Amino acid sequence: MFSTFDFDVIRRSLGYLFIDGMTFTLTLTTLSAVGGLAFGTLIALMRLSGFKLLGRIAGLYVDLMRSLPLVLVIFWFYFLVPYIGQWLTGASRPIRVGAFASSLITFIMFEAAYFSEIMRAGIQSISKGQPAAANALGLTYSQTMRYIVLPQAFRNMLPVLLTQTIVLFQDTSLVYVLSIPDFLGSASKVAQRDGRLVEMYLFAAAVYFAISSLASFGVRRLQARIAIVR
Amino acid sequence: MNYHWNWGIFWEPSPNGTGNYLDMLLSGLVLTIKTALLAWIIALVIGTIVGVMRTLPSKTASAVGFCYVEFFRNIPLLVQLFLWFFVLPELLPRNAGLWLKQMPNAPFWTAAVGVGLFMSVRVAEQLRAGIGSLPRGQKMAATALGLTTTQAYRYVLLPIAFRVILPPLTSEFLNTIKNTSVAITIGLIELTGEARAMQEFSFQVFEAFTAATVLYLLINIVVVTAMRFLERRVAIPGYISGK
Repeated sequence: MFSTFDFDVIRRSLGYLFIDGMTFTLTLTTLSAVGGLAFGTLIALMRLSGFKLLGRIAGLYVDLMRSLPLVLVIFWFYFLVPYIGQWLTGASRPIRVGAFASSLITFIMFEAAYFSEIMRAGIQSISKGQPAAANALGLTYSQTMRYIVLPQAFRNMLPVLLTQTIVLFQDTSLVYVLSIPDFLGSASKVAQRDGRLVEMYLFAAAVYFAISSLASFGVRRLQARIAIVR
Repeated sequence: MNYHWNWGIFWEPSPNGTGNYLDMLLSGLVLTIKTALLAWIIALVIGTIVGVMRTLPSKTASAVGFCYVEFFRNIPLLVQLFLWFFVLPELLPRNAGLWLKQMPNAPFWTAAVGVGLFMSVRVAEQLRAGIGSLPRGQKMAATALGLTTTQAYRYVLLPIAFRVILPPLTSEFLNTIKNTSVAITIGLIELTGEARAMQEFSFQVFEAFTAATVLYLLINIVVVTAMRFLERRVAIPGYISGK
């Protein structure tokens, strides 16, 4: 079964796979997680703000994003972002957007919907007394959120946020549909050039497996450490 | 925006000669539903077995269940589909590999099985949590009544656990439908694939994707409504969800 295996093709392409491919994947994952969390928190605050209209808009956005497949959303933004860019900059033609920028915008917008649900649960898990006490101390709404509510919500939800980031890390492989050389994309390029699909895809699977299971093991450890005894 | 809108495009004949663009999208919708249903059946069957295994007293059974879950959860769905589609036929004995490669409709079967296995892990985890949420007394009472482990699961634990996890199972079913779109990479032309094809043929990007978006939203609404109905039908009196 493994007699015709060519391990050398993996060794030869390691540099390309990790320096180009994995760097792209990890940068995209990190920036999307940070951006998605920031935007997601904003959406969660909109939903909980008490302004009916604002809450409705945020709710519609979250529902829309969560009912569409990521592949379709990737295509949507790939074609939409140049037009939005044109509209924003007032250019006469749709602007050119690079592969990285396009996928980063997609993942931030898409993940924000999921992160916002996590942050909403986190904010709602905080007892009413906390914002009430902050209010009594004379803190404004934004101070209450910045210094009291959001830090606790973030801390409570950290394991869930990190788990979602692991899902995001796996989902970034879907930029394959735009022929962008992320880790899987570059593995696939080598696989097709050298006719070594078996070796390259097995190797890619092993790498994804190793990183994801290490990360989720870390999250479980963290969860046990920071769990607050109530 | 200097984009040329043309909403009439759906009624223009499509280049594959089988009707207009709307027919193309609808055939994609049918394929999405077919793939998702088959995948969901696989996910439910295997997910139930694995989920039950993880709650059994036997150490071996729960270890096997754990390994299964870890394997399928830590590899991206896209890579899993590539493994089943490109790698598996090469690793099998020659004849079996050839049979797999020459199978008619290979992308459809690979997608259904691949997405099914991927989702089975989610079902297993939900079911494990559902069984874990039941009071210990249920299992004990079943044992005290003289039921075997199989009977206890069949008549006591599973019927309640499945009712408890019905809402999360609904979203896992929606995820199954959404995940079939990943199979576009192994050549399954389902709804997203047809929208992409329509965009390439007609250059009407936004009309094509809007139509696909609307169709996905419709599927979601139908599934959610149907599941709400089912939840009410099977609700246990006395539980919060019950009457």
